[in-house]
Amino acid sequence: MAHLEFEKPIVELEDRIRELKLYGVREHGFESELRKLEERVSTMQQEIYDGLGVWQKVQLSRHPDRPYFLDYLERIFDDFVELHGDRAYSDDAAIVSGMARLDGRTVAVIGHQKGRTTKEKLRRNFGMAHPEGYRKAMRIMEMAHRFRRPVLTFIDTPGAYPGIGAEERGQSEAIGASLLAMSRLRVPVIATVIGEGGSGGALALGVANRVLMLQFATYSVITPEGCASILWRDGTRAADAAVQLKLLANNAVDLGVVDEVVPEPAGGAHRDPDDAARLLGVALRRHLGELSQHDGAALIDGRYAKFRAMGVTQQLT
Amino acid sequence: MAWFTKTRATTDASEKRTLGLGVFRRCDECGVTLKAEEFTENLEVCPSCGHHYALSTEAWVELLLDPGSFDEHDTGLVSGDPLLFNDSKPYSDRVRATRKKTGADDAMMIGSGTVEGRPVQLGSFVFRFMGGSMGSVVGEKIARMFERAADLRQPAILLSSSGGARMQEGILSLMQMAKTVSALGRLRDAGMPFVSVLLHPTTGGVAASFALLGDVNIAEPKALIGFAGPRVIENTIRQKLPEGFQRSEFLLEHGMVDIIAPRREMRATIARVLGHLVG
Repeated sequence: MAHLEFEKPIVELEDRIRELKLYGVREHGFESELRKLEERVSTMQQEIYDGLGVWQKVQLSRHPDRPYFLDYLERIFDDFVELHGDRAYSDDAAIVSGMARLDGRTVAVIGHQKGRTTKEKLRRNFGMAHPEGYRKAMRIMEMAHRFRRPVLTFIDTPGAYPGIGAEERGQSEAIGASLLAMSRLRVPVIATVIGEGGSGGALALGVANRVLMLQFATYSVITPEGCASILWRDGTRAADAAVQLKLLANNAVDLGVVDEVVPEPAGGAHRDPDDAARLLGVALRRHLGELSQHDGAALIDGRYAKFRAMGVTQQLT
Repeated sequence: MAWFTKTRATTDASEKRTLGLGVFRRCDECGVTLKAEEFTENLEVCPSCGHHYALSTEAWVELLLDPGSFDEHDTGLVSGDPLLFNDSKPYSDRVRATRKKTGADDAMMIGSGTVEGRPVQLGSFVFRFMGGSMGSVVGEKIARMFERAADLRQPAILLSSSGGARMQEGILSLMQMAKTVSALGRLRDAGMPFVSVLLHPTTGGVAASFALLGDVNIAEPKALIGFAGPRVIENTIRQKLPEGFQRSEFLLEHGMVDIIAPRREMRATIARVLGHLVG
């Protein structure tokens, strides 16, 4: 387990409780001490997580133990068949896609995947997709459209990969084309930002009828580090930039970009992945149920109207 | 007064530039010094080496559309400050100052006009307004331009020159990518073409939304066009980028643009393309 600085007091107390449970049995009166400690953990947890600053929440969204797309996939869905490749260049492991069942009903599932071990992180390029990743996603979306299966996407990426090969193979075109493809799907589309919603590489999976965001996820036009280096030529001022960027889930709701914040277990999804998946599953089922009432044309029009309304302008007279 | 006590006439560097301006101009690319008019008359293209300097939005409109045919739409649409963004200066102050300095409402100008008699909807980034960055106003105007073109069944021409999404409007700037591209979808449904003209530079969220989705993509020579800026890529991969990387010629070679047209041929190229695709 990896811990963020502000998580340490909680983790230390929890370790102490574990020790007591293991060895304390023989000692007299350990139960009352145990109860006291457990109460302290819960109040401390409450205090710490209620008082988290913006930057600490950004760190939570990038927590090394945070559940990734595949962690949710195995807990929420059944019968997953992964489909590989863009049929043109290669299979990008930074995006996982395929068909799966939710309560017996087939849906297309597509998400960024960061990778847990060093080896897997490298294979999945830390969740930073190349053009072929977006083209694979588009292929699956268009297939879902033809077979009338809803599309559920899961966003978790620092951004689309900025590299030579990515530029040679048309990173810009791939992202733009994915936005266009999503805007034209005749099936329900639900996007959930589960971790980092990093810029165009995130939005490429985000043109949906419903956009959900986990409580400690972020969604931003640029990374706080990138923003700080542009504004102040100093990437180390990322925490200041994060405050300015208003990239938290409640900000996105206030700005009309996200429909609903999906609550996470106390302390964040990584503290209880099973419960995090349960909470997300509840939200997904509810939205899918609602969207399934609409026909294809209404879904396209609804999606159009939703994104068409985003932005704040004033008309001078 | 003795000669040695004389104070020297002081000219600072900016004065020197001003003195030369309007008379001679040196090309930063090839080093040739020519009369300033020779650059202006040649549409800001160096007569010696052909280097394309930026042409103002207004000059582009004049260059591409039939004389007197331009009718600007949606003027007076200005940005809000939804994030209350404040780096060294509040965003709302920055925008107000930029409006005053540039005489533009924001970084996008749209309108109708004709190209060799054919009615079109035209949009052009105003690069001098915060680097042509796309926030809510830019996105709104582009969406209106595509919608108007779809409703009137006219082709859309959009000239891009932009550093990408406008950071100061945060996530709302990002959403303009989805909004503009969705509106482009309406134009496609209407069966009308989109000619995307890529000028120097076209990067970030503008490149990664509509700019490379033209039915026909036409770039100016040597324009920088790409998703990530060269510095970002160099910092990521920790190596120097090859010469000509992300320039128009590189994009043509990699199949991302259809045509590279020098400025003098841009109008005729667009007119010929539209002739093939419409009516």
